[in-house]
Amino acid sequence: MPQIEEGVKKTPLSTVHEEAGGKMVPFAGFYMPVAYRGITEEHRKVRSSVGVFDLSHMGEFRITGSRALDFLQKMTTNDVAKLAVGDVQYSLMCHPEGGIVDDLLVYRLPGEYLLVVNAANIEKDFDWLSSHKPEGVALTDESDQTALIAIQGPRSEAVVAKLTDFDLSKLGYYKAVRAKVSGQEILFSRTGYTGEDGFELYMPPEKAEFFWRKIMEAGRQFDIEPIGLGARDTLRLEMKYMLYGNDIDAATNPIEAGLGWVVKLNKGNFIGRGPIEKMKTEGPKRKLAAFEMLEKSIPRKGCLIYTATQKAGEVTSGTFSPSLEKGVGLGYVPSILSAVGTKLEIDIRGKKSPAAVVPAPFYQKGSHK
Amino acid sequence: MEIKPDLKYTKEHEWIKLDGDTATVGITDFAQGELGDIVFVELPKAGTAVAQMKPFGTIEAVKAVSELFSPISGEIVAANSALESDATVINKDPYGEGWLIKIKVKNPKELDSLLTAEKYKEMVTA
Repeated sequence: MPQIEEGVKKTPLSTVHEEAGGKMVPFAGFYMPVAYRGITEEHRKVRSSVGVFDLSHMGEFRITGSRALDFLQKMTTNDVAKLAVGDVQYSLMCHPEGGIVDDLLVYRLPGEYLLVVNAANIEKDFDWLSSHKPEGVALTDESDQTALIAIQGPRSEAVVAKLTDFDLSKLGYYKAVRAKVSGQEILFSRTGYTGEDGFELYMPPEKAEFFWRKIMEAGRQFDIEPIGLGARDTLRLEMKYMLYGNDIDAATNPIEAGLGWVVKLNKGNFIGRGPIEKMKTEGPKRKLAAFEMLEKSIPRKGCLIYTATQKAGEVTSGTFSPSLEKGVGLGYVPSILSAVGTKLEIDIRGKKSPAAVVPAPFYQKGSHK
Repeated sequence: MEIKPDLKYTKEHEWIKLDGDTATVGITDFAQGELGDIVFVELPKAGTAVAQMKPFGTIEAVKAVSELFSPISGEIVAANSALESDATVINKDPYGEGWLIKIKVKNPKELDSLLTAEKYKEMVTA
């Protein structure tokens, strides 16, 4: 157990993490398990079978009121009006200059919207939304009253099917439902950050341990394991899913990041629309490229990217991909250098190592629906 | 967590075993546990000179990279080439098959400044 640091909170699942031998580290103000048995083993478990994650550190906001839809249309880049009850969409909130405030999920539920935001941005996002909130909209931060458990992997449907009578074949990708799981009615969705089929379950914190144990029991026949943040990162990076603070931040525009698909310009006005539209029309000067190392080496955030003749950019995320067994990374480079096949050199601790731009995602065999 | 009683240790979690004038060096069980899955190591070639507590290479895990410090001065006579194909041997057998380098030792008295197994145990369990 680490020294108890001031202000670092425990999630409702800290007991099960300790029981399972989780290596606990402070992350976004919470003690989180970075790994239990090992990042590589946990990563491979999710890709081949099923794993369970504690995501209780993430933020949840509830938005209600007669003007909720208009408010969310203004604050986010994706088209909230397209959501039927039970639909979920990946979206962005942007600054007026087009930089990204956060990436998030928007759920349309009966009589309300639920926003799920990054743990590190809870306060910032809440303040951002509050400062723009008009009359006719109620915004509440329910992060401390919400625990979140994710089940991810090709066997995840089989596991959840043992715990609910709800017909999961009727729950499509990016759909949500309130139904009884293990006798308790909870919200869950077919969403995730791994590229595999999976579900994210929301419950009151005092029920989190109960659900975790039920899930572990149901998953035993599939060799279910708890999965830490280390594997969460290698899994998402293999899919080129964004990590706020690495690949996207206030200085990056969605078009540069390859997130144009999350921006619906014809839905009407929203904060950041002008600069985003301008970059889309003119074409971005730089793009987030995915690259693989051609020799055994691991690129890390902050490593500089070069071509044979000049400096090209900086690595935003990098790791050793357990599925591909090679170093992989993302980084912004001038747009002409983002073409697949472009040869790059990554400066890793003073030595230049060869890499090449590849199509994303790095991992193409994910079981997500 | 294993600590071998007949070895000497550095503050940076390397172990050393002296046999005549050749020493074998690796990282401890504690170190491999902290690092997690080791992906690869950068080791020096035979003939390279090393100095006590100066870095001689790096060891890289999925989530972090660490420098390796030589417990003793001398000349590299061998680096464990088996690690090139599978560095996780270091995780599985840090005191045996996971050895890193063998050094021809100049001055065995340098060992006196290293930690005994007892002192190393005190350090890591503090």
